[in-house]
Amino acid sequence: MAETQGILMPLIQSECQILKNYRDRGGYEAAKKALSMTPDEVIQEVQSSNLRGLGGAGFPTGRKWAFVPKNSSKPVYLVVNCDESEPGTFKDKYIITRATHALIEGIIIASYAIGAHTAYIYIRGEYVRQAEVLEQAIQEAYDNGILGKKVLGKKFSLDVYVHRGAGAYICGEETALLESLEGKKGWPRMKPPFPAIEGLFRCPTIVNNVETLAYVPFIIKNGARWFAEMGTERSGGMRLYCVSGHVNKPGVYELPVTTTLREIIYEHAGGVPGNKKIKAVVPGGSSSPPLRADELDVAAEFDALMKLGTMAGSGGIIVMDEDTCLLEILTVTTHFYHHESCGQCTPCREGTGWMDKILNRMLSGEGRIEDVDHLEEIASGIMGNTICPLGDAAAMPVLGYLKRFREEFESHALYKKCFDGEFAELKAAS
Amino acid sequence: MPTITIDGKQLTVDEGKTVIQAAEEAGIYIPRYCYHPGLRIVGQCRICLVEIEKMPKLQVACYTRVQDGMVVHVNSEKAKRARQQVLEFLLVNHPIDCPVCDQAGECYLQEYYMQFGLYDPKMVEDKNKKHKAVPVGPHVVLDSERCILCTRCVRFCDEISKTSELGVFHRGDHAELLPYPGRTLDNPYSANVVDICPVGALTERDFRFKVRVWYLDETKSVCPGCATGCNIEIHTSKARPYKNEGRRIARLKPRYNPDVNDYWICDYGRYGFLFVDDDSRIEQPLVKQNGEFQELSWDDALQMVSGVINTALENGKAVRILGSAQMTNEDLYALKRFGNEVLETHDIPVTVKPLEKPYSDDFLIREDKNPNTRGAALLGFDTEPAATEKLLTACRNGEVYTLIIFHHDLFKGFAEDEVKAALDKVDSVIFVGSNLNPTAELASYVLPSCTWAEKDGTFTNYAGRVQKINEAIEPLEGSLPEWKILRRLARQFDHTFAYFEAEDVFRDIVKKVPAFTGMSYRALGDRGMLVSENGRSVQQAEVKEELTVVSK
Repeated sequence: MAETQGILMPLIQSECQILKNYRDRGGYEAAKKALSMTPDEVIQEVQSSNLRGLGGAGFPTGRKWAFVPKNSSKPVYLVVNCDESEPGTFKDKYIITRATHALIEGIIIASYAIGAHTAYIYIRGEYVRQAEVLEQAIQEAYDNGILGKKVLGKKFSLDVYVHRGAGAYICGEETALLESLEGKKGWPRMKPPFPAIEGLFRCPTIVNNVETLAYVPFIIKNGARWFAEMGTERSGGMRLYCVSGHVNKPGVYELPVTTTLREIIYEHAGGVPGNKKIKAVVPGGSSSPPLRADELDVAAEFDALMKLGTMAGSGGIIVMDEDTCLLEILTVTTHFYHHESCGQCTPCREGTGWMDKILNRMLSGEGRIEDVDHLEEIASGIMGNTICPLGDAAAMPVLGYLKRFREEFESHALYKKCFDGEFAELKAAS
Repeated sequence: MPTITIDGKQLTVDEGKTVIQAAEEAGIYIPRYCYHPGLRIVGQCRICLVEIEKMPKLQVACYTRVQDGMVVHVNSEKAKRARQQVLEFLLVNHPIDCPVCDQAGECYLQEYYMQFGLYDPKMVEDKNKKHKAVPVGPHVVLDSERCILCTRCVRFCDEISKTSELGVFHRGDHAELLPYPGRTLDNPYSANVVDICPVGALTERDFRFKVRVWYLDETKSVCPGCATGCNIEIHTSKARPYKNEGRRIARLKPRYNPDVNDYWICDYGRYGFLFVDDDSRIEQPLVKQNGEFQELSWDDALQMVSGVINTALENGKAVRILGSAQMTNEDLYALKRFGNEVLETHDIPVTVKPLEKPYSDDFLIREDKNPNTRGAALLGFDTEPAATEKLLTACRNGEVYTLIIFHHDLFKGFAEDEVKAALDKVDSVIFVGSNLNPTAELASYVLPSCTWAEKDGTFTNYAGRVQKINEAIEPLEGSLPEWKILRRLARQFDHTFAYFEAEDVFRDIVKKVPAFTGMSYRALGDRGMLVSENGRSVQQAEVKEELTVVSK
């Protein structure tokens, strides 16, 4: 088998949860280099690389780091968001279990850049095995002088702790995560203040996704330009795409962010089983609005997808073939957000449950044509009106499916069956 | 100071104010459920969404701080629609059982639906089931289905009572307000959660189902329960007291006064009104004949009582008074004049130290359970418990011929044989009070006074704040305010106290007692005035509502 292309993939394939394997591939050289730079130089380098937050929001990582107040009298914390819970997303899992030391190296560099001496890895409760591997790798790092009082023999101390969540999607939202980490119920906080100013224990805190941090050592090692040149003007590098659904080879693919959805699905993931046509593709986790089959020649990248009214999100690409019932898909999706709504603020708490009930009623064959409009109104009432983005995450798929596939839902409401193409003619005739 | 525009009105407000406060200053009311000026701001209910120019999303007015040049639209189509939708969301799982809900008439779901809602409901699904009629504590009952999860009560228990009994459990639309396992909402301030609950989720066990709120009359008053003098409203149901076990007072509610009690009162004070229409109330003057009390008219009673006093005075025997700090300044001033001018006694104790140390805390509840001890002291009474002890010793030594006791039950302050030994040596005991008590039972004459809810007057709280009480209900049967009793009694001795209203007495106090300089009923207003020191009037400090904006 030929050497796998990419940045993280080769690590994942050569078991870099073991320190020796990682060292053999030049591991921790980047951290040594970073520790000999000034923190500002590190931040500048990451900023120039156009690395963006790969948890889903796509916020420029270097810019986020620069928000931390200089010479704060309070301690600064780095928190690693490993609550990977967005349906269709399963990339961080591989990094934690197979490229573990790249994450730890990224944590060292980020902590040094922002002036943190304590980092917490908040890992979702369901990742039991993954948490164990992580703990082992961290212990190995301590044992080899990579973490602790003198990181890599340099005058920089860093402690890393693993904190396991208790199984709530909302705790992937950074402020809910911080609440949970503080031992409280995972209710998102009002912003401002943003975590970079007032985060964990009311101290300046940077929350970064696992994948984001895992890329940092390579940016330091190979230079910002190298990373930036792989991507677009505003978004650098590669990222891990999680392809699932109706494809022949589902899995995680590391590709430059300029790769189009069509390339990812047909050239990398092996196309659709039975050569069926594609009905819809969710490009960035279940909360991103779906695209139609004729919209796939778009780079799976933040800005390009945003222009189409959807988002690159967590890189979770879900492919649905022509026989997929979208009412069923939306019902399952909405049920998820209903189940995971924290219940703190009104629109999300009540709206998600309401939409769930309507969709389930439609699915049971008791839909009415006005339900389609009602769903749209409810979703619009949630959109943008909540404390945290979970409300938006629940509203966007509803609005998105209705925008591009309205006839599917009208068909279910009127004829209690999936849209088969005739409905449009019926509608035109009437 | 930032200048902002709200719905076309330009105004300059203090730095750090929130949009909801600034709008209030501009006379624009933005609806709110979770926002309460006495509690931490959480931005959860989302009913206060407003449109702010240059901001992509609607913002919650409760949390957003004003910035110079900000242009706010409270009533833009977008903001109005968002409010409608939030209201509709709040009612998705609400039972809408107004006909059987005690909150009806003072419910902010009802109010806002009429003001900001008025949409066509489209909810046809089954509603979620939650706990109903849960007695969460001695005073409060919870209906979880009506709860809109504004968390005001949770924050009250966290921040004000600091007892943290309540929490929100579960997630999403199954989220539910409940006491923590094994806890009950049992703290000295528990019923405040009913006042701040904007809907019918938390209702008062004592009050509920007694009277619809729109039948209630409201009178501003002050709690007589302790020396703090919390500001209250007396809610009365005069038309149908039979619905309320004969009680004319339906409930007491706290009244905002930042100098005294903010928005809160304690449960002792809140439920301290039950004596007003209790069976123990004295309805007519009583005289003891053959060991039994007989009712008699005021004229006869005053004649008999003045006869007793006269006999003593003519024989050079001592007539002594035990006053009470339960009495208003007006009552006490009349008593002082009666003592000085008629009995020529200047030494009038008012305080009985209770045998059991009463509950107190460092918030609102004070150890002194009298509302007017400070007033009594300023009017020249002896407020030291030792003075009362001395008086009882004098009684025991046979030095007192006639003793006039106001309100006190001596058995609460002295051992039983001590009281009996003292009162046995007194020829005539005259008791003046609103309710019979074991001490009154030992009196020869009993004169009925009315309660604080049945008269006008003033109390001076521990800090020297003179505050007005108002007549909420008419004096029961033959009862009278003490100052009136004393005026009539003085008349028997050819002394004329030219008072026709409580206010006349107060005017006299202001004239004669330096501490009250510059005061009048009108000047006291709703928040009262501090007594002056060294004759210098201390005007109340300008009041600013303290608001806590803390990020969670």
